Amino acid sequence: MLDNKKVGSVMIVGGGVTGMQSALDLADSGYYVYLVEKSGAIGGAMAQLDKTFPTNDCSM
Amino acid sequence: MTLSEVTNIAGTAGNFQVTVKEAPRYVDVDKCIACGACTEKCPKKVDSEYNAGTGKRKAIYVKYAQAVPLKYQIDPEACIWLKKPGACGFCQTVCDAGAINFNDTEKIHEINVGAVVLAPGFESFDPKEAKVWGYGIQPNVITAMQLERYLSASGPTEGHLVRPSDHKAVNKVAFLQCVGSRDENLCGNGYCSSVCCMYAIKEAVIAKDHVPGLSATIFYMDMRTHGKEFERYLERAKSDSGVRFVRCRVNGVETEGNTDDLRIRYINEQGRQVEEFFDMVVLSVGLQTPKSVLALAETAGIQMTADKFAATSDFAPVQTSREGIFTCGAFAGPKDIPQSVVEGSAAAAAVADLLAPARHQLSTAATFPTEKDISNEEPRVGVFICHCGSNIASVVDVAKVEEYAATLPYVTYVERNLFSCSQDTQDMIVKRIQEQNLNRIVIAACTPRTHEPLFRETLKAAGLNEYLVEMANIRNHNSWVHSKDPVHATAKAKDLVRMAAAKVTYCTALKPISVPITQKGLVIGGGVAGMTAALNLAEQGFEVHLVERTDTLGGNALFLKHTWSGEHIPTQVKKLIEKVMANDKVIVHKESEISKVEGFVGNFETTIKGGDGSTQVIAHGIGIIATGAGIMSPHEYCYQTSKRVVTSVEFDRLHELKEKHVRSAKNFVFIQCVGSREGDAMYCSKVCCTHSVQSAIEVKEEDPSRNVYILYRDMRTYGQREKLYRQARQMGIIFINYELHGKPQVIDKGEMLEVMVHDHILHRPLKIEADIVILATAIQPRSDAKDLANLFKVPVDGDGFFLEAHAKLRPVDFSTDGMFVAGLAHYPKPIEESVAQALAAAARAATLLSKNEVSLDAIKASVDAEFCDGCALCLDVCPFHAITLVTKEVDGKVGRLINVNKAKCKGCGLCQGTCPKRGVYVGGFTMQQISSQIEAALAV
Repeated sequence: MLDNKKVGSVMIVGGGVTGMQSALDLADSGYYVYLVEKSGAIGGAMAQLDKTFPTNDCSM
Repeated sequence: MTLSEVTNIAGTAGNFQVTVKEAPRYVDVDKCIACGACTEKCPKKVDSEYNAGTGKRKAIYVKYAQAVPLKYQIDPEACIWLKKPGACGFCQTVCDAGAINFNDTEKIHEINVGAVVLAPGFESFDPKEAKVWGYGIQPNVITAMQLERYLSASGPTEGHLVRPSDHKAVNKVAFLQCVGSRDENLCGNGYCSSVCCMYAIKEAVIAKDHVPGLSATIFYMDMRTHGKEFERYLERAKSDSGVRFVRCRVNGVETEGNTDDLRIRYINEQGRQVEEFFDMVVLSVGLQTPKSVLALAETAGIQMTADKFAATSDFAPVQTSREGIFTCGAFAGPKDIPQSVVEGSAAAAAVADLLAPARHQLSTAATFPTEKDISNEEPRVGVFICHCGSNIASVVDVAKVEEYAATLPYVTYVERNLFSCSQDTQDMIVKRIQEQNLNRIVIAACTPRTHEPLFRETLKAAGLNEYLVEMANIRNHNSWVHSKDPVHATAKAKDLVRMAAAKVTYCTALKPISVPITQKGLVIGGGVAGMTAALNLAEQGFEVHLVERTDTLGGNALFLKHTWSGEHIPTQVKKLIEKVMANDKVIVHKESEISKVEGFVGNFETTIKGGDGSTQVIAHGIGIIATGAGIMSPHEYCYQTSKRVVTSVEFDRLHELKEKHVRSAKNFVFIQCVGSREGDAMYCSKVCCTHSVQSAIEVKEEDPSRNVYILYRDMRTYGQREKLYRQARQMGIIFINYELHGKPQVIDKGEMLEVMVHDHILHRPLKIEADIVILATAIQPRSDAKDLANLFKVPVDGDGFFLEAHAKLRPVDFSTDGMFVAGLAHYPKPIEESVAQALAAAARAATLLSKNEVSLDAIKASVDAEFCDGCALCLDVCPFHAITLVTKEVDGKVGRLINVNKAKCKGCGLCQGTCPKRGVYVGGFTMQQISSQIEAALAV
């Protein structure tokens, strides 16, 4: 069975809002996730924003 | 894995070997408690990347205050010791935790995974190279990201908007759009970055909020506010905030004499060249793929587009050219936060499709020792008092608090820790609980909002029920706010510990509630979105019911020919239908509608009514609404009276059939925004600009002697679609801008049509003789959307589209648990976005369906049957409709009492506050616990 060779883990490259969402959804549905981030902390560009369009919500 | 980069991807889909290079952090993350002493002492300052160069950081730093992991790192490029060992080393001296490790080295990890998702993001265009904007020369020319930091309370000026050159208050600011976008001359980025219009408007509005009387002007070519609620924000920015919009691309910024003022020359609406002075100029810089990411793409061996984004198909928008490697976010084309989040989930769905057989293979649930029954034990309270480095201990006399805590009732053990949250202390607390036979714990430290989950895990590890812990916040509520009054702070710390100890004494073991999940899905709507969602769930292994109102699958896509990138829609839709029909896990119900819905997350029971009147009840755990939208039928531009005036979709059909009027026509006029962006429909239909440009290109290609005009308000060929707009202009298609107050007029002259429009460049009215007029009509929400919304208890917005739980962070979830949305039902969008959203909805649904049960918090309301007399006052106050009235029989007498649905209850406590008889209580917050805490507060 080819399917038996499939590995139940995933690597996400990039810890911004996109990568984090992907990582959370995969971890929550039964996969082991490696989240690889180039800088010292996850968060990406969104963490730099003050407020967001169009709701003016705080980005944090 | 932080500070890490992928250097190689070997293997094939389902089984990759990935090499990851982890750079040294020089700080031991297991020891660092982020006290910040190192940064304070570090003598080396460099520009902060987080603040986009507007502020400074030290050589040892944490990326930002809320960083995860909240661990310091040393920048080897800046650190004095790492450049010259022995030269500095202050951080090592001051670090009480002993976390600094100058000998840290690079590590190489070989990791075996089934799939790889690339979400490396973008970088902002650097406007320094092209000197025309004065960026890097004139300090008052900044990028939008820098303004973002200036406006932020956590930024270099704490949100005060001052000029970098002289710190004078800013009175007049200009935003220049399309810097590094839609520009092949200065930067080579021909595409539209899709987000800059929005952030510029937002920054202008926020800046005006910060500085009363600020004048803000946005210089733009086209305002591309095509997303949900974006158009309204634009209109509010004009009317309420008074942001000025000038349609003119500005080609340079100059300084005025010896001042720091900035001069901009532009053409005003009257066609005259004018010059104006500004205190500050903000460049709305575009998004581009960084060089390091291009290298990653090469490492991964995936194809890229001409615009240097990951190449994908419109029907598989997260699949790269290499099987098993997926992409999402700005790497697959410039996009905003909601679309990036959607794609993040969509990539998860695509991975789950590939790796369905290996689900739960490697993920393991954390295991804990068997829980000890303490219900018959005398309370034995252990109190752990945290120093939080010097955060608490430098203000509060912690030794005195320790001494005092030992005198409190039931307290049998007290200890102080340098950091109660550090891993070694956690292990020690577990040991103490077991040694000292403790059965209630007080942690006097920081806030339960961030740390209670951690201490709950500690209790579980020690074999105690996780709800037997109480935190006393002697830091945020005490040492931080009373730092100048140590005597009273120490007294308050004692009060807080006394209150927590009193409450914890009455804590009892609580059991988290589990609700079983029916591992089946229901998808409503058999268009592209609905079919994609259903198929993905089926391929993940879940049974799905797909309900379609008509007798045909395909939805609105059946009327469309090509996606923006040229993929043939009928072929793809046919394939999709075949796959759906061939998958035995998808049960298709055609000519069916939803007539009744009962239940809640994991346990819905929905009745569907077939065309023949028959009904069927389906049990399902989740629901996805993908009911699509309709096309508006216009009442203007002679549509109702002339056969020569048609809608875009009608035109496509006539064109395909080579209808004689179309075939022989020489003059084509497209009119945009018919029914969109005006009146009650204050939203952009998002797809029509691209559709018209594509159709225009086709008719012009067939016969270049044809005259093709597009009358538009703002040309919204966002993202990489800009290519089509460029191509159309190169082909000689004529674009004429009109404003809402001067809409075109169509006059029926029998054999031809006369179109009158005011040309804003020539500044005179134009008369165009047209053989065919094509109206780009609005996408409208379905009129019965509200009925479906009511059945599932999900909301619709003011326009009539379904309303997601959070515009940015939960773009496909409804606020009702277990319900999701995808496709045109949510908002007008092109096929690739519908597909991504459908996959995202499936991924979100799978997070529930992949479990046997959903575990809910144990803080829930319970009935005390002895006291509840069924007065029902709590029924009205419960915001979650979790309480119902039932009958009870005691000693042969029939009475009433309430019943709480624990799955619906959120433990808010309104029922307990309302009940006059103490007939209902919330676990963890019983009257006895609260009153003992209050008594302790007052007892001094």
